[in-house]
Amino acid sequence: MKFSFASLAGQALSGHQGWPEQWRSPAPKPSYDAVIVGAGGHGLATAYYLAKQHGLANVAVFDKGWLGGGNTGRNTTIVRSNYLWEASEAIYAHAHALWATLSQELNYNVMFSPRGVMLLAHGRHDEQAFKRHVHANRLAGIANEWLTREEAKAVCPALNIDPGVRYPVVGAAWQRNGGTARHDAVAWGYARAASALGVDIVENCEVTAIRRDASGAVSGLETTRGAVATKKIGVVAAGCSSVVMAMAGVRLPLESFPLQALASEPLKPVMPCVVMSNAVHAYVSQSDKGELVIGAGTDAYVSYSQRGALHIASATLEAICELFPFASRLRMMRNWGGIVDATPDRSPIIGATPVPGLYVNCGWGTGGFKATPGSGHLFAHHLATGAPHPIAAPFALDRFRTGALVNEATAAAVAH
Amino acid sequence: MLLIRCPYCEMERPEIEFKYGGEAHLTRPDPNAASDEAWTDFLYFRANARGPHAERWRHAAGCGRFFNCVRDTVSDRIVVTYKMGEKRPDL
Repeated sequence: MKFSFASLAGQALSGHQGWPEQWRSPAPKPSYDAVIVGAGGHGLATAYYLAKQHGLANVAVFDKGWLGGGNTGRNTTIVRSNYLWEASEAIYAHAHALWATLSQELNYNVMFSPRGVMLLAHGRHDEQAFKRHVHANRLAGIANEWLTREEAKAVCPALNIDPGVRYPVVGAAWQRNGGTARHDAVAWGYARAASALGVDIVENCEVTAIRRDASGAVSGLETTRGAVATKKIGVVAAGCSSVVMAMAGVRLPLESFPLQALASEPLKPVMPCVVMSNAVHAYVSQSDKGELVIGAGTDAYVSYSQRGALHIASATLEAICELFPFASRLRMMRNWGGIVDATPDRSPIIGATPVPGLYVNCGWGTGGFKATPGSGHLFAHHLATGAPHPIAAPFALDRFRTGALVNEATAAAVAH
Repeated sequence: MLLIRCPYCEMERPEIEFKYGGEAHLTRPDPNAASDEAWTDFLYFRANARGPHAERWRHAAGCGRFFNCVRDTVSDRIVVTYKMGEKRPDL
């Protein structure tokens, strides 16, 4: 059912009893043209664009849990594109352009709110690095600008710019058209639109093995709901990418770390934009419910525990109390840890693997949410055509052998 | 926060005294003789195991020495720590 004023009015008159389920819950078929492993935002977006842009409707998405129940439903929802290198600028700008019209595209309100993203600089070195970013971004057509600390405070009045604090704010990089989106709605919107185009989304169904034929190519997979034949598998399993790919004997240059986020008790509007600080490691924005949504750092060690250590979250909260002194009186309501898969150069891996028919989209690390539409769009292109989209080509797995890394580990605007 | 037993100091200390050192028992191939694939595997590719994982830690705020550790990455429970140069215990 299409969401419109007429459908809303009709349902209101009938007491909202007639809304249908948003997506089907089919049993898996014995074979598919392509299978996506992982029903997070990136996997669902991939399935949607496969069906919508490439006419591939005999597609299934499998997930061992529920749809959007992993990192998609537990991130800080920040959308921005102010990365340093040209390859990164191109891929995140591609995603950013899709965000702008995503609600209309999916007929589902993903609540994309380009309220601005502010990256705080805390010293001379930060200032030089961020101005370099601003100039590089402007050459690439990405709206990034430099704010003095007074200009930053004018945008975000709650910000503490007192020069006497331990890490005083000296200015900020400001991406005016960055912002946030509603993470659950992104997963649900893509799921609903993909399902309507014929994609089977099979939740609570774990992939337990990847089968290969005599030539070594993919021939299907085993799941907890039976065997499925397919010649094309796209693995979009985020923190579990190494585990799923090991089923096909493929090693990846990944390490999985817990990344924490927190939500405070709800407040009246106080945070008009997203504020991030690399130097003291804090990310904060305010949801429409009024909660401050706070991003902390990763633990140093490999873990699949979905729990981060307390001292990591404490360090971020201490930084936020210095930037926003009123926050010292806030209570945190929820704290959670998602498992993020980080590559050595902190750029994603999109494309083919040494196994014919097996494709992977992983390594988005701590910042995958912002790329969701672009990631799905580009990965679908590769799955459907067998060749990388020009924007995704620099992010091939083979770059680790050739040495053509896209090194955002030292260049990115945020700490990893 | 983990509680880690340093095999040199022979005592359990909180994680903030330590620095993580990545996957353990990686053997550096001879860069002049290694294939591109072997060299790439050494530099970048990791087991990233879900379950028992052998890794290095350094007792940075203690004795300063590196040692090895097997930790279950699902529960974060440390199974055993052992000195550099010792083989990974067969558990």
